[in-house]
Amino acid sequence: MSIMQDSREATMFGRRTDGTPIRRPLSPHLQVYDMMQLTSALSISGRITGVVWSVGLLVLVWWLVATASGPGAYGTVSWFLSSWLGVLGLFGLTAAAWFHTLNGLRHLAWDAGYGFDIPTTYKTGQAVLIGTAAMTVLTWLIAIVAWAR
Amino acid sequence: MAKEHAADATMRSPLGRVRGFGSAHGGTHHWLLQRLTSVALLPLTLWFALSAASLAGAPYEVTRAWIAHPFNAVLLLAAIALAFHHTAAGMQVIIEDYANREWAKVAGIYGIRAICWLLAIASALAVLRIAV
Repeated sequence: MSIMQDSREATMFGRRTDGTPIRRPLSPHLQVYDMMQLTSALSISGRITGVVWSVGLLVLVWWLVATASGPGAYGTVSWFLSSWLGVLGLFGLTAAAWFHTLNGLRHLAWDAGYGFDIPTTYKTGQAVLIGTAAMTVLTWLIAIVAWAR
Repeated sequence: MAKEHAADATMRSPLGRVRGFGSAHGGTHHWLLQRLTSVALLPLTLWFALSAASLAGAPYEVTRAWIAHPFNAVLLLAAIALAFHHTAAGMQVIIEDYANREWAKVAGIYGIRAICWLLAIASALAVLRIAV
C-alpha cells in the first residue's frame, strides 16, 4: 500500500476473506451515508440498545442473586434501584429494551422479506419510535401504580 | 490445467464445497439461532418487563414468592438461557464488525461467551435456590 494522501482512505481499507488488503468502502461508510437519517439512526440504535440491554442483564443477575442471598442483599439492590440514579438507569433500560424489541420485530419482518421499500421503512421506523414511547410509559405507569400501593 | 479439471470433476456439489469456508467458518447456524432466540424472547420480554414493573417497591417476601412460583421460575429460567445466548450472539457480531486484529476478535468473542455462561449459571442457580 502506498502512503495515504487522503484521510478518507482510512475508511476504504477492507480485507478479502483470505486476509489480503483491498481498497473498498467499509460498511456503513460514514463519509458516504448521512447517519442522521431516520433509517441509519435507527439501525445503529438497534445495535446500541442491544449493548445497553446486556447491561440490563447484569442488573437482572444482581437482582436475582441478591434475592436468593437474603433480605440484606435484597435491601441493597432495592435501595440502589429506587435511588434517583437507579430509577434513571432503569428508565433508560426500559426504553432501550422496548426499542430493541420493537426494532427486532422490524428486522424479523425484513428477514421474512417484507417492508424493504423506502416509504415502508420510514413508516415502520416511526412506528418503532412511537411504540417505544408507548410501551415505556405503560411499563412505568404499572411500576408507579405498584410502587404507590 | 489438468489438475483444475480434476478438481471441477469432483463428486461434491458447489454448495458442499463452499460450506464452512466463509469468514465465520460456519453456515447459517449463528444467524438462525439469533433469530429464533429473538422470536422466543418476544413474549418473554413482554411478560418479564410488565411483571418486573408490577414488583416495583415490593418487599423481600413478595419478590421471593413471585420468583418461587413455578410458572415464573420456569419462564425465568427460559428467559435467562435465551437472553444470554442472544446477547453472546449479538456481541459476537459487533466484535466481528469492529475488532480488526484477529487475537482481539477471538479473545473478545470467547471472553464474552465465557462471561455470559457464568452469569447465566449464576442467575439460574439463584432462581433454583429460591424456587426449589
